Amino acid sequence: MQGNASPQRIIQLKVRRTRSGSNLDKDFSIFEIPYEPGMTVLGALLYAKEKIDHSIAIRYSCRMACCGSCGMKINGLPKLACYTQAADYNTSITVEPLDHYPLIRDLVTNFEGFFQVHRSIHPFLIRRNAQEQETSESEYGQSARELEDFLQFSYCIKCGLCNAACPTSATDSLFTGPQALAQAYRYSADSRDEGQIDRIETIDTEHGVWRCHFAGACSFVCPKGVDPALGIQRLKRLTMLRRQKTGAPLMPKRPASGTKT
Amino acid sequence: MTEIESYDIVIVGSGIAGLRAAIEAARVSEGKARIAVVTKVQAMRSHSVSAEGGTAAVLYTDRGDSLESHIYDTIKGSDYLADQDAVEFFVNSMPSEIYQLEHWGMPWSRTEDGRIAQRNFGGYSYPRATFAGDRVGFFEMQTLYDTSRKFDNIEFFQEWYVTSLIVKNNTFRGLTAIDLKSGEYHPFRANAGIIATGGAGRLYRFATYGYSSTPDGLSLAYRAGVPVEDMEFVQFHPTGLIPSGVLITEGARGDGAILINKKGERFMKKYAPEKVELASRDVVSRGMITEIQEGNGFTDPVTGMEYLLLDLRHLGAEKIKDRLSGIREIAIKFKGIDPIKEPLPVRPVCHYTMGGIKTNTKTETPIIGLFSAGEAACVSINGANRLGANSTAECLVFGSVAGAAAVRFATTRDSHDFPYDNVAQEEKRIFDDIFHGSGEENPYDIHNQVQTLMDKYAYVYRSGEGLESGLRELRELRTRSWRHVDDQVKEYNTNFVNVLELESMFDVAEVVLAGALSRTESRGAHSRLDYPERNDKEWLKHTLAYFDPNGPRLEYSPVTITKYTPTERHY
Repeated sequence: MQGNASPQRIIQLKVRRTRSGSNLDKDFSIFEIPYEPGMTVLGALLYAKEKIDHSIAIRYSCRMACCGSCGMKINGLPKLACYTQAADYNTSITVEPLDHYPLIRDLVTNFEGFFQVHRSIHPFLIRRNAQEQETSESEYGQSARELEDFLQFSYCIKCGLCNAACPTSATDSLFTGPQALAQAYRYSADSRDEGQIDRIETIDTEHGVWRCHFAGACSFVCPKGVDPALGIQRLKRLTMLRRQKTGAPLMPKRPASGTKT
Repeated sequence: MTEIESYDIVIVGSGIAGLRAAIEAARVSEGKARIAVVTKVQAMRSHSVSAEGGTAAVLYTDRGDSLESHIYDTIKGSDYLADQDAVEFFVNSMPSEIYQLEHWGMPWSRTEDGRIAQRNFGGYSYPRATFAGDRVGFFEMQTLYDTSRKFDNIEFFQEWYVTSLIVKNNTFRGLTAIDLKSGEYHPFRANAGIIATGGAGRLYRFATYGYSSTPDGLSLAYRAGVPVEDMEFVQFHPTGLIPSGVLITEGARGDGAILINKKGERFMKKYAPEKVELASRDVVSRGMITEIQEGNGFTDPVTGMEYLLLDLRHLGAEKIKDRLSGIREIAIKFKGIDPIKEPLPVRPVCHYTMGGIKTNTKTETPIIGLFSAGEAACVSINGANRLGANSTAECLVFGSVAGAAAVRFATTRDSHDFPYDNVAQEEKRIFDDIFHGSGEENPYDIHNQVQTLMDKYAYVYRSGEGLESGLRELRELRTRSWRHVDDQVKEYNTNFVNVLELESMFDVAEVVLAGALSRTESRGAHSRLDYPERNDKEWLKHTLAYFDPNGPRLEYSPVTITKYTPTERHY
């Protein structure tokens, strides 16, 4: 139609590859993709996979930014490929796997560790009366205001972009990371929850909440508008309040490795 | 082939139904049963996350709702093809699922007095679509996935693709699967299995579904000898955003949005004088296609797609931002349109599979020890047309039933011998015949052609002639040389998975077309131009399709009627 009058725009798509599935031998494949209006970076990648090279490894599913599968670095920044318009770039797009995750192949990284850390912070509602929690005849109730207190943090789709952007995750592989910390806050800030104490125990550690030095990269890259950096600062506050309440020392114990005498 | 994994129950699929089943099995067994969730995606990526508008349940009998009314609306919506005993059970079970989710952390939207909020949805006599903004499925998935992490006896096998069910003497024995990360092939032994793999919507190109929603699970059961039921009933949701097909929730119309044609008319008044935009989905989609065919649609200059407008502007910025923030985000990002300022271009889009694996109300299939729940199953509560907000609800109720039933069955059963021959046979089929297969044709081109023919012949309106052409073209495509995998690397080989998925698409597309061709009437979402009337005398019955190498063998079974006599529907 309209496009027929002028020559079709071509996008140069550079895809980081791991040949033969080995993690060691890295380089790029370069594909020329005919641009169509509305094409996303995922659309361009799928064009390459379907028409040019079936062997590109990508993880993707919903194509509407709610499943969290297709996180990758696009021209250097962690983004969801399905949520990034190809037209946002001139003509050259470079895609690489996310940083700070073990690589499986091409653009696909291993999230097993990520899910384990998420699990470790008790990402569920905890009630002292567990039996009553498992009966379902009425609601606990919650005001719209109480809902507001944690709602934005529950928009997390577990895409892991925040951890890939985090400068602390880059230097401390044991750091809990913004995703899990923000979820620790999400459940702790829920008016229905009574498990703050269990959760705080998991993050009031050397590699936990205190390790965050508020660079804010997590909030900058989150595709769902979650502000993990804010959640983490509030979590620090909850942690201090908890220490105050229990009479625990307000200064964390210094780790042995860091002490100078 | 490496070691055998042995479980009490194995659940295939990790959407709302699969996760709900896993949690129920863990609860019922008090942490004792070994439960495996085998899923081809990562566990919280299933397409249940995309459900937007609501989950139907009767919560406020004190304010005028009633179970009776939800039952009647669902049966009427189904165009009287639903099994009425199943609908009664479903509706009665639903309220406690809403409260249970609330106890697990679901961030339901709230009324001013802090109670769970509900909105209006198509086909209902009371606003009973329980909602959490317009991200209901997403939040349900989050609540269920996170809660499932409480249990040590739920083990996830993420990114494992199931290739076959192992069945001996009509009894479920386990399954075979490929671990995508390593490329290794493994058999699983289990006393009970639950198929919860969702719908078949990616049979169509213009679809709200994610790319992963291929009919793998339906094909597994079908090939193992279970009939698939009522597959000709495919739901086309009225408001798919063009050109991507991303869903714009019915909640938009529930909250007051209207549909407009090229003449600026609110055309649905003609087709559903009372409910207008909030008639059942089949009625609204037919109204829209009729408008487009009469030349009252708009044409997209880039794609040539014809569409109508969904206008939300009069709802006001505040209401849109508060209750419909998700679809606003989608419209801005995928179409560059802010619904606060401009109407959205939409057309009917493949959204739901009413049919599925035949089960009874206890989620049992005809194979002993094999259960199914959610969109993959056909109980049938949806009949010929599902009402909005009943699908996430169905996943919760029957996921829960399946989890409890499977674990009770599995733990009271003696261990049994395992047919290793079947495992070896399957390994030969997928590796010798497919992974090492050869051929000239690009399987992705064939995949796209299957979708295109389904869009063309099995859309909102169908005809005998079109369906015959569709079947002929489908069978011809299947004989082409697409059964090969160019990518020969073991690790994370999605090319291999995509070819296996294509095989399942051929199985199920054939059932859809054959069932639609045979059903010479119009009922619910199945509209035949050559048979425009519903024909209760001959067709008040379910279609059952059995696998046969020469094409599906169709049988029929009666619909269970309790007290709602089929009458003509008006909205």
